[in-house]
Amino acid sequence: MKNLIIATVVASFSVGAAGAETIRLGTEGAYPPYNFINDAGEIDGYERELGDAICAAAKLECIWVKNDWDSIIPNLVSGNYDAIIAGMSITAERDEVIDFTQEYFPPDPSGYMGMAGAKVDLKGGIIAAQVNTIQAAYVAESGATLVEFATPDETIAAVKNGEADAVLADLAYLDQFVKESNGTLAFVGEVSIGGGVGMGVRESDTALKNTFDMAITSLKADGTVTKLIAKWFDGRVANY
Amino acid sequence: MCSDPSSLEGLNWLWCYLTTAKHMKFYLSFGTVILLLVSTVPFIVMFGFLGALARRAPFAPLRWFGLAYTSMVRGVPDIAFFLFVPIALDQFVELVRHKVKCPDVLEPIYQGNDFVVCTAAKMPLSASPQWLHQAWGLTLAITAFAIVFGAFAANIIHGALMAVPKNQLETAKAYGLTDSQTFWRIHMPQMWVYALPGLSNLWQILVKASPLLFLLGIEEIVYWARELGGTKPSVFTYPHGDWRMWYFLALLVFYLILTWGSQKAFEWLENRLAKGTSTVQGRAA
Amino acid sequence: MSCFDALAGYGLRSIGTGERLLPKGDITLCEQFALIGSGLVWNVYFAVIAVVLGFFFATALAVAKVNGAAWLRVPSNIFIFTFRGSPLFIQFFFAYELFSHLPRVGIEIPLGFTTITAHTSWLTKAWLGATIVLFLNTGAYTAEIFAGALRAVPKGDIEAADAFGMSGMTKFRRIIWPTMLRLAWPSYSNEAIFLFHATTLVFFSGFPAWQQKGDALYYANYFAEKTFNPFVAYPIVAFYFVMVVLLIVMLFGMVGRKLNRHLAIDQHDVGRVRRNKVFSFLTR
Repeated sequence: MKNLIIATVVASFSVGAAGAETIRLGTEGAYPPYNFINDAGEIDGYERELGDAICAAAKLECIWVKNDWDSIIPNLVSGNYDAIIAGMSITAERDEVIDFTQEYFPPDPSGYMGMAGAKVDLKGGIIAAQVNTIQAAYVAESGATLVEFATPDETIAAVKNGEADAVLADLAYLDQFVKESNGTLAFVGEVSIGGGVGMGVRESDTALKNTFDMAITSLKADGTVTKLIAKWFDGRVANY
Repeated sequence: MCSDPSSLEGLNWLWCYLTTAKHMKFYLSFGTVILLLVSTVPFIVMFGFLGALARRAPFAPLRWFGLAYTSMVRGVPDIAFFLFVPIALDQFVELVRHKVKCPDVLEPIYQGNDFVVCTAAKMPLSASPQWLHQAWGLTLAITAFAIVFGAFAANIIHGALMAVPKNQLETAKAYGLTDSQTFWRIHMPQMWVYALPGLSNLWQILVKASPLLFLLGIEEIVYWARELGGTKPSVFTYPHGDWRMWYFLALLVFYLILTWGSQKAFEWLENRLAKGTSTVQGRAA
Repeated sequence: MSCFDALAGYGLRSIGTGERLLPKGDITLCEQFALIGSGLVWNVYFAVIAVVLGFFFATALAVAKVNGAAWLRVPSNIFIFTFRGSPLFIQFFFAYELFSHLPRVGIEIPLGFTTITAHTSWLTKAWLGATIVLFLNTGAYTAEIFAGALRAVPKGDIEAADAFGMSGMTKFRRIIWPTMLRLAWPSYSNEAIFLFHATTLVFFSGFPAWQQKGDALYYANYFAEKTFNPFVAYPIVAFYFVMVVLLIVMLFGMVGRKLNRHLAIDQHDVGRVRRNKVFSFLTR
């Protein structure tokens, strides 16, 4: 939940790590298929493969760092790692605190997932969401009762055990749970919030941002991004 | 056998599942917890002694400080300290490093809601390897534990120093021992017998407080129990439903064994220590 | 936002009245005081229910442990050992998972004039689920204290009661129970204080905060994360807790004096009180 290193916020006069050889990439490791800890105990998923490809294209040596979601921005800003690559939607609110590279995953609508056959009141029912997500902010203002959880996994559990009527999260994340539920879980609504998914870097790290942008552009051009999206997101077609 | 998990069934599947690399990290983290607990003890005893000595100090302000320190654990929940101390300490260290390493930076350190120090003052430096960041996190956590439980220990040691029979000390004086000789040769060795029940109780409390390390962002058993127990869709090699209840049950059992074992060990130690002292146990032995 | 507005908006936020959204952006000192203070309602609620109900449960457990037949003694011992031997933090996590796996049913409870339906889903809410865990937990700790006191009741007192021809129940109510309470009281006050402290664990251990309705520490943590400044929110929590603990000490002191009112000089308990002060830190 909490991470103790949230205290410090970066200096505007700090020297960015862009010139350095080693770049630290921060991710949550709990949001399959974007990123997760596989059974070998390693970070895995779409963003792991893409991140490694980006680093290879940019000729950077990258180290993966796992960090809880609710402190993932503060810990970037305080310099515990140099970039966030954790299924983070590009939003205006976040853009005030950190900078984003261009998107590497197209805007994805958010879905409400509930028990199949149940009637869910999306504007007045009980909706689960992960803390500090665009979905949590949306639910808080939609009139529904927001129940916040620290990890995405807990939001799913809350729906399954009936604690919440539905969960609001990225469609691509919820999709696998609906498909593998043998018809017990179903989508009960959809909203379009947030932009595409991009990497987050410190505002002062313009050079690093440009490096990543160039690498992503080249990977989009040679079809790597499209291929990886199809691989991890069940054959999904992305127009890059 | 475990090379193709999708073909496994029943106990074979379970065996392979429970021996994945990720589970090994889980099992290893039990050792980490015990190691952390043991390595915290010397610091707790040190803080406890300093606190107890402060309470006996001839200098009044130091005595008040000692009293305030030992009383704080009764007023404020330990978990509040665990959330507060690491952050406060981290900011303090960086503040000092900032003053020393970047004396020429004139921008204020507190800018609105932000705490801004120069890059060279970061603790540890941003470019430091991951293990250093983790080690620093552990250091902060151990310090927080030592401060809180040191206050408990100070109470216990203070009480134990008071509990040593006065006539023992008077006799020492009568034999012509100096004050410091009396303290180190007579007072201190006997103090342990009176402190041990309290200290063993404190160890049990410390053991039961160890899962709070999870709140400090340390990857220990609670972290792994939640991570492993959560629903795993088929993108994982060993997909399963929500099993967190069973993982927490395992943690419960682990702690019950740990506290039970500790209790037995302390009972044995108390009987050993009591031999030859002027206590009920000592006389019986 | 003026200080009065902050109090009106957030003073009862923890129980769902006032502003819907928590303060964001420029957070004032008043807002922190008001919101954290409102969270204290939860801590007091948890502690009062658990301690009051736990008291009776603990008395029964202690009697079963000390005087009960084997079929009563063994389960009480196992129960006490389980709850005292494991961390409350893990108990919360486990209980939450256990409660959320229970089948969802409504249980009709006839009250004579009306019938209310109790839902098992309430167990996953902090107000019921966490209170039950705290109740069981303090029951176990208090039972251990009471059992120790029961064993220390002077034989002479009991023999005197027998000589007066008192029956079992009368003897217990008039002689054994008051003496037990008197002996146990210093430790029991400690237990009440540390149970009050333990209520801060609830929203950090599995039980989710509904509509961001949480306890004092939940809000303090919220502020510390939003402002990157721990030096305001946590001292406010500390201030509130010290105030309540002083109140608890006062209340228990009053009851303690009442229990000992017949003793001209407090000889009977002096030694015991001192030892308890030193050794009985019963946190979880």
